[in-house]
Amino acid sequence: MRAVLDNFDAYLQAFGYTLFLFLVAGVLSMLLGTVLAAMRVGPVAVLRVVGTTYVTLVRNTPLVIVFAFFSFAAPDLGIRFGWLDVHIGPFDFTTFFGAAVVSLSLYTSAFVCEALRAGVNAVSLGQAEAARALGLPFAGVMREVVLPQAFRASIPPMASVQIALIKNTSVAAVFGVAEAVSQMRSFNNEFGTQRYGIALAFAIGYVLVVEVVSYFANRAERRYRVAT
Amino acid sequence: MRLTQTMRKAGVVASGFALAIGLAACGDAGSDDEGKNVDAEEVEEGKFEAGTRMAELAEAGTINVGVKYDQPGLGFKGAADDLPSGFDIEIAKLLVADLGIDPQDTSKVKYVETISDNREPFLQEGTVDLVLASYSITDERRQSVGQTGPYFVTGQQLLVPEDSDVESIEDLKGKEICSVTGSTSIDRINENGAKGVGFDSYSECVQKVLDGSVSAMSTDGTILAGYAAQNEGQLKVVGEEFSEENIGVGYSIDRPEMCEWINGVLEESFDNGSWAEAFERTLGPSGVEVPDPPTLDACPA
Repeated sequence: MRAVLDNFDAYLQAFGYTLFLFLVAGVLSMLLGTVLAAMRVGPVAVLRVVGTTYVTLVRNTPLVIVFAFFSFAAPDLGIRFGWLDVHIGPFDFTTFFGAAVVSLSLYTSAFVCEALRAGVNAVSLGQAEAARALGLPFAGVMREVVLPQAFRASIPPMASVQIALIKNTSVAAVFGVAEAVSQMRSFNNEFGTQRYGIALAFAIGYVLVVEVVSYFANRAERRYRVAT
Repeated sequence: MRLTQTMRKAGVVASGFALAIGLAACGDAGSDDEGKNVDAEEVEEGKFEAGTRMAELAEAGTINVGVKYDQPGLGFKGAADDLPSGFDIEIAKLLVADLGIDPQDTSKVKYVETISDNREPFLQEGTVDLVLASYSITDERRQSVGQTGPYFVTGQQLLVPEDSDVESIEDLKGKEICSVTGSTSIDRINENGAKGVGFDSYSECVQKVLDGSVSAMSTDGTILAGYAAQNEGQLKVVGEEFSEENIGVGYSIDRPEMCEWINGVLEESFDNGSWAEAFERTLGPSGVEVPDPPTLDACPA
């Protein structure tokens, strides 16, 4: 524990990277996941097939393989993130951060899509039919009637997906991002006698971050619960 | 085809046999160009004092040695190799042989892969009896495990693309340099004003230098030399060494008697030339000169 307390700035910076990965990938995965869900429940057969294929493919691929693809195979195929070169204070967002965000977003969006689709299924069919009877087109039915209710019904599974994302950011440790797990291994290497304390300090860090997200998810769930 | 023709021409079965045996011997030597076959030494009664770990190991006839698998020249094991190869491994063989165990027999000697992060836990839990895995001696580590040596002194350098004009770490201030996640090398990179980027293994890091994602890779010069040799014409090693790493042998801190034994075997290998020969054979091809053997640390009393 001493090792962490003596180097607390390094500890905070490492969790800073973890949070950045979570926030950026979290927003992107929500957006892409919503598009995918709309594709999967929509009336266009081609889009349904594309959405289903994407979810089946990505959801059944281990995250490490997605990461490895964007780290090692993608550069050979010409997909690089070299254009990304942002520096904010002590944080550097470069090609490695870009590859990590893309991997995490693409991976998580498949799960967001499925959580949302479960939410859509929770909206009774009569609602959609009534909206259509009023003359709304598919986009209108989704935007005005189905998706708002689906989002509200899917807050708990969505929170689980995002919590999983927080923990999944740890995979970025071995692909060039100096986030929490990477820093933990660095501490372990340097202060081999304090392994238990170091592990505890990083476990506490993750628990705190996850608890904050759960807190807001709980609040949101209570506030936006669909009246039944 | 050639063989059958020769046999028919000679018309004598015996000469055919001789040829076949000759060819077999030839093929055997060809497949084993990296490591040296070290023979198990005869352990005489009373060579190791009863109750010592060495006596236990010699009695059991088996041993687990922690080594690296991803450092060409030091500790490397390809997917199809039976035995890892490299300088660390050659030293490990000398130690194993001294216990009367055949170092080439993988049913007796298990070469367990240890990554930087798990060397101390492996020694503490007894998963391995010895660690020879480019293991730098540090005071911090000596509080949880036993370390002796060094059998080798190296320092951190830079591996850059062949056409790079980087000459030292000074040229890379603020730039990204990759190494292995959680390694001492990453800390040194950061201390020198560059930015350490961590990957799981050195080979992945080399890949990032080759595809241009980072300007350089940094770790012990000998490891880099191994990769430069593997990617001849694409990568080169540059710069002065900006750290000093004393590479030693790790053992369990609960078995302090192993220290004297390890030092004894190392001393013997310095004197009889097997240390220099192992160095020449493993690190020589990548262009590293054989240095003078380092001075061994005294064992804790």
